[in-house]
Amino acid sequence: MTPKTPLLQLEHLSIASKKMPSKLLVNDVSFTIEAGKTTCVVGESGSGKSLTALSVMGLLSKQLQLSAGKVLFNDGEAGVKDLTLIDAESLRKIRGAKIAMIFQEPMTSLNPVLTVGYQIGESLTTHLGLKGDGLKNRVASLLEMVGIPTSRANSYPDELSGGQRQRVMIAMSIACEPSLLIADEPTTALDVTVQAQILSLLDELKTRMNMGMLFITHDFGVVSDIADNVVVMFRGEIVESGTKTQVLNNPQHPYTKALLACVPDADGKNPLKPIDYAWLPENQIEQVAL
Amino acid sequence: MSATPLNSGQAILVAKHLVKTYSQRSGKFGFGTTLVKALDDVSITLREGSTLAVVGESGSGKSTLARCLLQLQPLDSGEVLFSGQDLAKLAGADLRSVRKNLQMVFQDPFASLNPRMHVGEIVGEGLLIHGLGSSADQQKDVITMLKRVGLTEADMQKYPHEFSGGQRQRIGIARALVLKPKVVVCDEPVSALDVSIQAQILLLLKELQAEMALSYVFISHDLRVVRHIADDIVVMNQGKVVEQGSVVDIYEQPKHEYTRNLLSAIPGKKLVYA
Repeated sequence: MTPKTPLLQLEHLSIASKKMPSKLLVNDVSFTIEAGKTTCVVGESGSGKSLTALSVMGLLSKQLQLSAGKVLFNDGEAGVKDLTLIDAESLRKIRGAKIAMIFQEPMTSLNPVLTVGYQIGESLTTHLGLKGDGLKNRVASLLEMVGIPTSRANSYPDELSGGQRQRVMIAMSIACEPSLLIADEPTTALDVTVQAQILSLLDELKTRMNMGMLFITHDFGVVSDIADNVVVMFRGEIVESGTKTQVLNNPQHPYTKALLACVPDADGKNPLKPIDYAWLPENQIEQVAL
Repeated sequence: MSATPLNSGQAILVAKHLVKTYSQRSGKFGFGTTLVKALDDVSITLREGSTLAVVGESGSGKSTLARCLLQLQPLDSGEVLFSGQDLAKLAGADLRSVRKNLQMVFQDPFASLNPRMHVGEIVGEGLLIHGLGSSADQQKDVITMLKRVGLTEADMQKYPHEFSGGQRQRIGIARALVLKPKVVVCDEPVSALDVSIQAQILLLLKELQAEMALSYVFISHDLRVVRHIADDIVVMNQGKVVEQGSVVDIYEQPKHEYTRNLLSAIPGKKLVYA
């Protein structure tokens, strides 16, 4: 890997619906992710943060299209590839092996009729050809790594708690030691205490495996716990980006300031503040009211 | 937020020694059963005009407590006193007439609104069931309430799917408050919403509390949110109350290990507030 080339580079990415190609859902989004670093994409529902993540994985719904832009992935010795241009077969080899994804809702993303051990092993068989005892041992060590007793390999998803299911999802995603991990609101459905555990687990794995992480969230509290770099999105566009310290301690854009200000503060020193859209042009405030 | 001790102010809803046990299928193919104590001798007091937050993780019994307070689920034992009357002993029409004063706002604004009813019907249904006023009056009450929570008269004809999460929660609040209840149980009313929307809904709940002299039981797992809305806090773990006190006491001098764990899990403690 050339040291200067980032792990992932999004260049002028735009996404639109096929029916209305002129209305861009994601508009000219560019940012980079370095190996061993976490980039948080922050925004409200509808800001385009999940679409951006899905487009990296080539998982956009059929009704949507990439209107413009490049997704440059640094595939180590194989060189830099534009994921928007490569064929389905090559993409399949990267997906799950080099780039993996964790979804928001662990119950709907796990198959209820297969054991968690089988589901963790699936990508190991597909991508690395592991079988038999070798597979079994690898699944056991992955479960250990995410803090689940190895005997749980034979359990079904409904026998696990929400936090354990999300740990299984994490074990599945890191099975092939991907260089990039995409996490789409992985803790939103979880209790605060479990959220804290999952966040520190992800952070630890990222450091140990030198993974780059694209972390999607709407909560600036979570951002301050896990991010190295921050990208703030509003209505499909990036309004601000920078290092965590820059964005959190010295926000420049009024939207970033407004989002930061409406996070309830646990000391109770600052009163609650509703999100402020006063910085928008008059004719656009109506659309976001409430 | 106030520093009033737990027992000042007149009690409006008192729960004493509540016990609720569920039997759960267990073992291979679910042929066995195990008993789970969802509520194990829980006693709480809600003061008039105040907010009592019940906090704990999933499985702590806080949602069961919410449902048992309103008799949406029968108790195994214990009593729930609302202005001196034991709700657990009431049934049928007697219970229904008391229920007008006890309303609930649910967690999931996507699952708790009937997708086949338009907003006017959803909000007006309670008035219809309790036979409050003529249909013209009911219509007027619904419109007033919708406007109060930040929606418009035109929204009456729309269906729930036409609204965002925050707007749906406003509809849920309007449905609960149109009956002019005295006690509202809010079961995680903002945990399904974006952080940016949470503050708006919390502020709305606070304003309505002051205007309509409401008392809230506020169920939550998020101590960031609770700090801003609660007067008193009950911390639950595995069906038991592990600690209770005023909001200041619990945040500044948590006595129980479990409470300290909950407090230390709050995300973004290092966040500098602009």
